[in-house]
Amino acid sequence: MTADAHLRWRPSCNLNALRVRAEMLAAARTFFAARKVLEVQTPLAGRHTVTDPAIASVPLPDSGFLQTSPEHHMKRLLAAGAPSIYQIAPAFRRAEAGRWHNPEFTLIEWYRLGFDAEQLMDEVADLVDTLLGPTDYERRTYAALLQDRFGVDMADNDATLERAHGLGLRGDDLADAADLLVADAVAAINAERVFVTAYPGEQAALARRNADGTAARFELVVRGLEIANGYDELTDAEELETRMAEDAERRLARDLPPVAPDATLLAAQRHGLPACAGVAVGFDRLVALRLGADTLAEAMTFDWRRA
Amino acid sequence: MASYSTNEFRVGLKVLLEGDPCSILESEFVKPGKGQAFTRVKLRNLKTGRVWERTFRSGDAIEAADVLETEMEFLYSDSEFWHFMRTDGSYEQTAVPAAVVADCKPWLHEQVRCGVTLWNDAAIAVTPPNFVEIEVAQTEPGVRGDTAQGATKPATLPTGATIKVPLFVEVGDVLRIDTRTGEYVGRAQR
Repeated sequence: MTADAHLRWRPSCNLNALRVRAEMLAAARTFFAARKVLEVQTPLAGRHTVTDPAIASVPLPDSGFLQTSPEHHMKRLLAAGAPSIYQIAPAFRRAEAGRWHNPEFTLIEWYRLGFDAEQLMDEVADLVDTLLGPTDYERRTYAALLQDRFGVDMADNDATLERAHGLGLRGDDLADAADLLVADAVAAINAERVFVTAYPGEQAALARRNADGTAARFELVVRGLEIANGYDELTDAEELETRMAEDAERRLARDLPPVAPDATLLAAQRHGLPACAGVAVGFDRLVALRLGADTLAEAMTFDWRRA
Repeated sequence: MASYSTNEFRVGLKVLLEGDPCSILESEFVKPGKGQAFTRVKLRNLKTGRVWERTFRSGDAIEAADVLETEMEFLYSDSEFWHFMRTDGSYEQTAVPAAVVADCKPWLHEQVRCGVTLWNDAAIAVTPPNFVEIEVAQTEPGVRGDTAQGATKPATLPTGATIKVPLFVEVGDVLRIDTRTGEYVGRAQR
């Protein structure tokens, strides 16, 4: 990999992108300061990691992992009595490389005490308005998204599999089929900015479940790109333990390496996580959108192929 | 057998899919925020020429196909096979079954240089050059001075193919033909 060093030494963004990125970082910090949200820094390398089977962590040579998001550490701060907090930090996800993915990327993640998902969606819209310029936001449920794109009722397993096969997927794994359809439907969204809400209960991750069984979770899609993933946070420690155990079973079923549940997060939630809503925003993607770029690489100094 | 993981996919990679050798045309990583990651791929089936779309779970591996793109010169045909020779100096010969040359047969005359795709050392596809120059074997006598717009007549080539040519073309003329459309382009300089 040294023979082509003379081709790879240059940054993947241009100098204008550097300036735009710096301005956006400063604007984000001003935004949170004005709202009295405290900036924090938490470890990038930690002893524990997420159990979510769809997320692969980068293991460290001795023990521990590069963090896939600052979520666990930030929730431990909240459980210890911190006020509303935000952080702008790198996150690492193994093998996620592509036009809109880079194994190392920057998240703006924040938690608002006493907010519900609705209030947090309003704040996400305010931040995105600040960084990209104001415009209107639409709402669409997960079910409506699949219905509009594929004419599929998400409860209809046969139709879901059939449409996924139409997109070139083989096999009969329903969770995979649903993930593929929703990824395709999101990329095909024409509207400028859309909040997708009412995720299926099994995709709640660390969000509370609503009375109707859907997840109290939302995503913001800007021009077909997923920008934000937010939760009305699950505070119940027992439910958290159950979900981590379910993740372990799904990992086993898929021959994925086992991940021990984060005992420190469990202990913090047993101590008590205050009612709050939290969200992670993909900062590099926002920069790319602001630049009108075709790839994430154009929004980062050195993408994975050059880093 | 060698295999490639989805994160090694790149344009031009040759893989085995459902028993057929394929070449990757496009590969894109997609992943919903909290869901399974996929690699969506467009591949050309090298046997049929058809384009397939497939979606793999990221991290899955598929078998590599032992495919070699070569240049060969057409020598002659017998009843069963069409014989070609490598142009890389090895003079190695390959017998190609008639079915494989079915589409390009009209343009195969001696010494035409073609792309020949080998899979496990057997020819599975033959691509003729975009233009060939072939002599007219038979056609109605030429009508000099008749330049009526678009008027054509049939001309037969030594390969047995018949194409439409302008009225002034005569037996023995060497024609330049676009093999992608099968159309007469002009007369070649002798």
